Amino acid sequence: MTVRDIFDTMVYGPAPESSAEALAWIASHSAGFGHWIGGKSAGAAQSFDTKNPATGKVLAQIAHGSSADVDAAVAAARRAQPKWARVSGHQRAKILYALARLVQKHARLFAVVETLDNGKPIRESRDIDIPLVVRHFYYHAGLAQLLAAELPDQAPVGVCGAVIPWNFPLLMLAWKVAPALAAGNTIVLKPAEFTPLSALLFAEISREAGLPAGVLNIVTGDGETGAALVAHPDVNKIAFTGSTAVGRIIRQATAGTGKALTLELGGKSPYIVFDDADIDSAVEGMVDAIWFNQGQVCCAGSRLLVHEGIADVFHARLKRRMDGLRIGDPLDKCIDVGAIIDPSQLAAITALVDGCRDGQIYHAATDMPVGCFYPPTLITGLSAASNLMQEEIFGPVLVSMTFRTPEEAVALANNTRYGLAASVWTENINLALDIAPKLRAGIVWVNATNLMDAAAGFGGVRESGFGREGGWEGLLAYLKPVAKTRALGQLVAVAEPVSVMVTGLDRTAKLFIGGKQARPDAAYSRAVWSAKGQLLGHVGLGNRKDIRNAVEAAHAAKGWGKSTAHARAQILFYIAENLSARADEFAARLRDLTGKPGGPEVEASIARLFSYAAWADKFDGAVKSVPLRGVALAMNEPCGVIGAICPDELPLLGLISVMAPVIAMGNTCVLVPSQPYPLAATDFYQVLETSDLPAGVVNIVTGDPADLAKTLAEHMDIDAVWSFSSSPISARIERDAASNIKRTWVNNGRARDWLGADGEGRAFLRAATTIKTVWVPYGE
Amino acid sequence: MQTLTTTAKTQLPQLTHARNPGMPLDLDWVASVQANTSAIERRAASLPGRRSVKKQFQAAWLLKAVSLIDLTTLSGDDTPGRVQRLCAKARQPVSQPMLERLGLQGLTTGAVCVYHDMVETAVRALEGTNIPVAAVSTGFPAGLSPLHLRIAEIGCSVQAGAREIDIVISRRHALTGNWQALYDETAEMRAACGEAHMKAILATGELGTLRNVARASLVCMMAGADFIKTSTGKEPVNATLPVTLTMIRCIRDYQDRTGIKVGYKPAGGIAKAKDALVYLALMKDELGHAWLQPDLFRFGASSLLGDIERQLEHYLTGAYSAANRHAMG
Repeated sequence: MTVRDIFDTMVYGPAPESSAEALAWIASHSAGFGHWIGGKSAGAAQSFDTKNPATGKVLAQIAHGSSADVDAAVAAARRAQPKWARVSGHQRAKILYALARLVQKHARLFAVVETLDNGKPIRESRDIDIPLVVRHFYYHAGLAQLLAAELPDQAPVGVCGAVIPWNFPLLMLAWKVAPALAAGNTIVLKPAEFTPLSALLFAEISREAGLPAGVLNIVTGDGETGAALVAHPDVNKIAFTGSTAVGRIIRQATAGTGKALTLELGGKSPYIVFDDADIDSAVEGMVDAIWFNQGQVCCAGSRLLVHEGIADVFHARLKRRMDGLRIGDPLDKCIDVGAIIDPSQLAAITALVDGCRDGQIYHAATDMPVGCFYPPTLITGLSAASNLMQEEIFGPVLVSMTFRTPEEAVALANNTRYGLAASVWTENINLALDIAPKLRAGIVWVNATNLMDAAAGFGGVRESGFGREGGWEGLLAYLKPVAKTRALGQLVAVAEPVSVMVTGLDRTAKLFIGGKQARPDAAYSRAVWSAKGQLLGHVGLGNRKDIRNAVEAAHAAKGWGKSTAHARAQILFYIAENLSARADEFAARLRDLTGKPGGPEVEASIARLFSYAAWADKFDGAVKSVPLRGVALAMNEPCGVIGAICPDELPLLGLISVMAPVIAMGNTCVLVPSQPYPLAATDFYQVLETSDLPAGVVNIVTGDPADLAKTLAEHMDIDAVWSFSSSPISARIERDAASNIKRTWVNNGRARDWLGADGEGRAFLRAATTIKTVWVPYGE
Repeated sequence: MQTLTTTAKTQLPQLTHARNPGMPLDLDWVASVQANTSAIERRAASLPGRRSVKKQFQAAWLLKAVSLIDLTTLSGDDTPGRVQRLCAKARQPVSQPMLERLGLQGLTTGAVCVYHDMVETAVRALEGTNIPVAAVSTGFPAGLSPLHLRIAEIGCSVQAGAREIDIVISRRHALTGNWQALYDETAEMRAACGEAHMKAILATGELGTLRNVARASLVCMMAGADFIKTSTGKEPVNATLPVTLTMIRCIRDYQDRTGIKVGYKPAGGIAKAKDALVYLALMKDELGHAWLQPDLFRFGASSLLGDIERQLEHYLTGAYSAANRHAMG
């Protein structure tokens, strides 16, 4: 085209970013890339190709990690870990700082490698991915510097295994490597099969940061390699980002191993536009929500919920904006949407959209290149029942439906198995700040979308996973308490004595469900004997239907989470007061049950109630210092409904140590009390009945902990399960909890000092809450 | 090779588009306008990274920018000689040899913009070119002289041969939310313009909020403005990308509802060739190709041309250029 022609047509024309340096780096590995183990490249028996998704051409040969390769990497990490943990925080900070600087110095090389391997537009890798990587290492250099002073009771977990996805290859590496290293762990990272190159470049460059050999290890490969890493017995923690399906498998695979686990999984995040929103800005936000990285983003705003009154205008403007998107060569600096990662993914997207029978499909009227590309797509006229409204498409496809009221918007937004992110567009701050806490999501963006920063926690609820990445909360996932624990032997109920002693009038201990005493559904009971063979009473044997009823009662009490922290504190104090009034009676009961003096346990229980009454209005959230004119609020929200198997050994203190933090933070709960000594709990519900506690906030179901734990762990409407039982049920709970990826906190057969400092405090409060990061940019 | 005569003829909106007849003031519409500042700023901030034109495309886009410039002098020390020199630059904004090599002989700027007293001088200096003369009017830049004098000033400038009148709005009406007063006054000015095209200068740097910018944009279009323009160049903050995005979204909204295309003119602060490219990309992406023509888009700029000339020479020679190699305006 001549200048004159272009003058008349004003077309954009090609603006290619050079790939020469990146290709030269790849060419320097013409023999193929090895793993990165113990500070150097390690060859492998087998290899596979990594391709440029935009062209389908092979970029390089990559080592295929066998279980032997994983063994070697874990061994290298294990060897390096003690020394790395002993290095001063300042020394680790210096190395993380150098990593940040090195990525910055090689920023364009990283960006081009990323775009070549992944197919995302160079604008995104250059302006978003790589700067966020740099920021993440800077931020964690700071955490390493401050860690010892700020978290003196915490130690590194040891060797971390990380399995990361292909959509943000280097950024996900940063999200795993930076906190792991800052906390004094060593790491074995398995990059995604489709996108190993930037991790290998990072490994090479890490030498120049002075990173000791073995601290960072990379094993490339496919799902089998990842599975070998997850299953490796010498790995202490697994951090996974990827699909919910694989996350579920990892949850099952790690169940009962004692491995710490964080999962950042899929989503179907709502993008809610109210009728008073700045519509043009909301339309533009949609571009960043669903056409960012071809929609291959776990937190993509893929589910548009738009107020019915503005839906036609919104859709019309959105379609016009879609038509202006430029699809093509990801290395072109003037491209908005690049290539889909792989033909298999393209086929999956195509099949999902082609299978849509109940909506109107609009493909952007824009030039489409040949190859692995999919046009920006909007599907309107869907209902909540539509498959595409529920299934994660993981492509540039937006689905849309309308709502009438804020309440309906919230209901539709939460009508999903997922809970990663949400966007809310309104010019009304009252509405925005009312909606944000009601959305079941780990991240809420007000009048924005896809804002991320190292200082702000990122992560989901429900089947979007658990754990946070970024901020102090993210670092905690790579730490464990310094305190040593001992094994917990199984406690069994006193067996029926040969000669039976019966005194006094018969009393019936019941279950406590929905504020009422309830007989067990199955109408079976078990006699409870004192250590001396006296009949103390009978305890109902709850079954799965009792759990069902208790969970329904717990949900019916959801107003508890909206009550003020002050009100919750008042009730905890009142429970303590009423327990104190009956202290002698409880002390006698405990003595009868356990054969030990009960007074100290009652006193400790009253003190514990005071502790959480105190905490109720003091476990504050935070305002994160993110690089934005606005605030990022880290709000501690209740998990929801928590099912807990209480400690066996201290029947009253154990129950209260679990119940009090749970309800102080606004959760409701289903408690399974001490199996051998259940009658302290059934006495205790009388205290609850007289303490103004709303019905359903605490439900108590006695019975066999293994049976009841199974029902709780499998229950789809429970948000977390805890177990401090002396029965060996931890593994089973973690495995069953994979059903809806609920959070778990289990003892893995280790004892806890309930009378000491470990019996209460922040660990319980963190487990009882989930952090929601609410981003509120502002400005007029 | 055809000359640019045809292009020059299409500089005025009525030649290709229906002129904005205005409409009754719709206060519900005005009140419903929203402009989320932080979201608009994010869009504006990311735009330069999203669009890029290179090589001959960049050269063509820069030449397009030249054709859209309202070459401007608005100084207390303007003299006929100074204005004649500016007009000569408008006729030949880029050296003849360079234009020949680029295949765009006959390229001129979009207009020349001067104070009323310089209109006659400019009209004479531009005879035979079709380059319109724009006059800033209505008590420019503050707009605080008596209304009847402001109206009369428009008439004088039209009489003197100005084909475009850049009026300034009464900021006080926008700042106090007196949209009826702004509408009435602007409509009266439009009537006074007659056949001359009216560009309404909002002085966005003095309107306080983007929402006010959006509301004032709509009211001026309802009152019949042919163009809406950001600034006089005399405010502390002149044309910015967020302000531009706000205003052109209103233009699009107005077209959606009325079918009428209204022009846009950012003025002040656009001094670099790269800035001009970003503006052109924004117009192309948000409003479309029609707004890349002088009848619907102008740059109010005085120093922009010099930087574009240097970039064009760089394109032709591969070597970075110097200001002294290009004729002064």
